Amino acid sequence: MPDLATLPTRRDEAWRYADIDAAGRLGLDAINAWEEITLGAGETLRRCEVVGGDAPELLRLRLTLGEGARAELFVTNAGRDYTRVEVEVTLGKGAHFEFGGVTIGGGEAVREFVTTTVHAEPEATSNQTVRSVHWDTGTGNFLGEIKVVRHAQKTDAAQDFKGLLLEAGASANAVPQLEIFADDVKCAHGATVGQLDESARFYMAARGLDPQAAQRLLVQAFLGDAFVALEDEAEHARLLDAALDALGGADL
Amino acid sequence: MLRIDNLHAVVDGPGGTKPILKGLSLEVAAGEVHAIMGPNGAGKSTLANVLCGKPGYEITGGSVTFRGEDLLELDPHERAASGLFLGFQYPVEIPGVSNVQFLREALNSQRKYRGEEPLSGGEFLKLAKDKAALLKMDMDMLKRQVNVGFSGGEKKRAEMVQMGILDPAFAVLDETDSGLDIDALRVVGEGINSIMRAPEKAVLLITHYQRLLDVVKPDRVSVLADGRIIQTGGPDLALRLEEEGYDAVMADA
Ligand SMILES: Nc1ncnc2c1ncn2[C@@H]1O[C@H](COP(=O)(O)OP(=O)(O)OP(=O)(O)O)[C@@H](O)[C@H]1O
Ligand SMILES: [Mg+2]
Repeated sequence: MPDLATLPTRRDEAWRYADIDAAGRLGLDAINAWEEITLGAGETLRRCEVVGGDAPELLRLRLTLGEGARAELFVTNAGRDYTRVEVEVTLGKGAHFEFGGVTIGGGEAVREFVTTTVHAEPEATSNQTVRSVHWDTGTGNFLGEIKVVRHAQKTDAAQDFKGLLLEAGASANAVPQLEIFADDVKCAHGATVGQLDESARFYMAARGLDPQAAQRLLVQAFLGDAFVALEDEAEHARLLDAALDALGGADL
Repeated sequence: MLRIDNLHAVVDGPGGTKPILKGLSLEVAAGEVHAIMGPNGAGKSTLANVLCGKPGYEITGGSVTFRGEDLLELDPHERAASGLFLGFQYPVEIPGVSNVQFLREALNSQRKYRGEEPLSGGEFLKLAKDKAALLKMDMDMLKRQVNVGFSGGEKKRAEMVQMGILDPAFAVLDETDSGLDIDALRVVGEGINSIMRAPEKAVLLITHYQRLLDVVKPDRVSVLADGRIIQTGGPDLALRLEEEGYDAVMADA
C-alpha cells in the first residue's frame, strides 16, 4: 500500500471500522511508518507482541517471505484506547504465514487487526486465527484481505474469527475479503460471534468456582485457538496472561 | 442436615411462568441416604437445580435450611463451597478446559471460600489419581477436556470422580445411574458408598431404578409426584414401586 498523503477516512476500506479521531491523534507520520521485514529462502521468524495502552497505538508490519520461508506473528491487543495492528504479507513459493491474534477489552475503545496476505507464488500457505472478547461498548475488528495471484496454484489460505461478547453493548466484526485469480486454491474462512455458555457457567458454579474464576477459565478456553500454534511456552504464557489480565476489568 | 419446607418454585417458560414445585417438604438427616423416585416430569431435576441455585427458576414460597443456614440466600458457588454437590443428570461439556485444571481451580476456589489453604499441583494430582482409581477411571481421561467426547456412561463416572475430589458433605445425585452399563453401575454405586457413607454426610439420590439401590442401600425412599413428596418409607417402598408401578402405589397413598 502506498503512503497516505492525508489522514485516512472511513471511506478507505481498511479503515472502515477504525476510530478515525484516534487515528488523527496518532498523526500522519505515525500512520505512514511501516516496519519492513524480509525473509530469505527457508528463513523463519517468530514475533510475539503485547500491544495497547492508555493512548492510541499503531503497529504496521510489512513482511516479504522468500521461497519456503515461514513467519509467525502472535499478538495480544489489549488497548484501552484505539489500537491497530496492520500486517501486509507477501508470500513466496511454498512460504507460510501464521497469525494468531487476540483483541480484548471494555470501555469504548476499538482494537483491530488488519491483514493483507498476498499469495504471490504457488504452494504458499497462510493460517490466521483471531479471537475477540469485549464488554462495555468495546469493539474488536478483524479485517483480513487475501489476494491470490493468477499463477499461485495450490494456495491454502485459512482465516478463522470468533467473537465473544460479555455484554450487549460490545461488538465484534469480521470482514474477510477475498481476491482470488488462481483456480486451484483452498480458502477457508469462518466467523461467529456469541456469548458465554450459561450452562457451562452454572456447571462451574455448581463445582464451587466463583463467577470471576469461571469467567476467566471460559475466556481462557475461548482464546486458546489463537495461540495453539505458538510453541514457545514462555511467550505463550506472556500473551495469554496479558489478555486475561485485561479481563480483570470486565463486569460479570 | 437438609430441611425443605413447603417449597414452591416456578420456571420461566415461553408461555410465562409455570409452577413445578408445589409445596414440597422433605428432611434428610446426617448419615442418611435418601432416595427420590417419581414419574417423568414430576419435578425431581427441578428440585435438584433449585437446591443448587441454577438460574431460571423463581422460588415463590417455602424455605430450605442446610446445616443450619438459609440455603436460598447463597449464590451457587457458595452453596458448593458450603458442602453441597450436584451430580448432573446431563453433565455439561466445557471445550478447552481440562478436567484437571477445572477441578483444581474448583477445589481451591472452595477452599479459599472456607478459609483453607490451596492444594499444590502435586497434592491435587495425588488426590485426583486416588479418586479416579476409586471409580476405575483412567487418569488419561482426567487430562482431557471436561466431558468433551465422553460417552454417556463416562460422563456419569466422571461426575463421581469430581464428587470424590471435592468431598462434599451433601450430594444431590440426579439419575447418576442412567447410561451406566451393569459393571459401571456397581463401580459407581460402590464409589458413592465409599465417598458419601459417613455419619456427618448425606445423599439425596434421584433414580428410576432399583438396581442402583441394590448397591447404595437407601435408608429412606420418597415418592415425588406433581411437585410434592407424596409418600416416604423405607427401602421396601422402592421395591414395591418396581413391582407395582407408580399408579398403584400412589393410589394407596
Ligand atoms: N425451562 C423450562 N420451561 C418449561 N418447562 C420446564 C422447564 N424446565 C422444566 N420444565 C418442566 O417442568 C417439569 C418438571 O421437570 P423435571 O426436569 O424437574 O422433571 P423430572 O422429574 O426430573 O423428570 P425425569 O424423570 O424425566 O428426569 C416438566 O414438565 C418439564 O417439562
Ligand atoms: Mg430429571
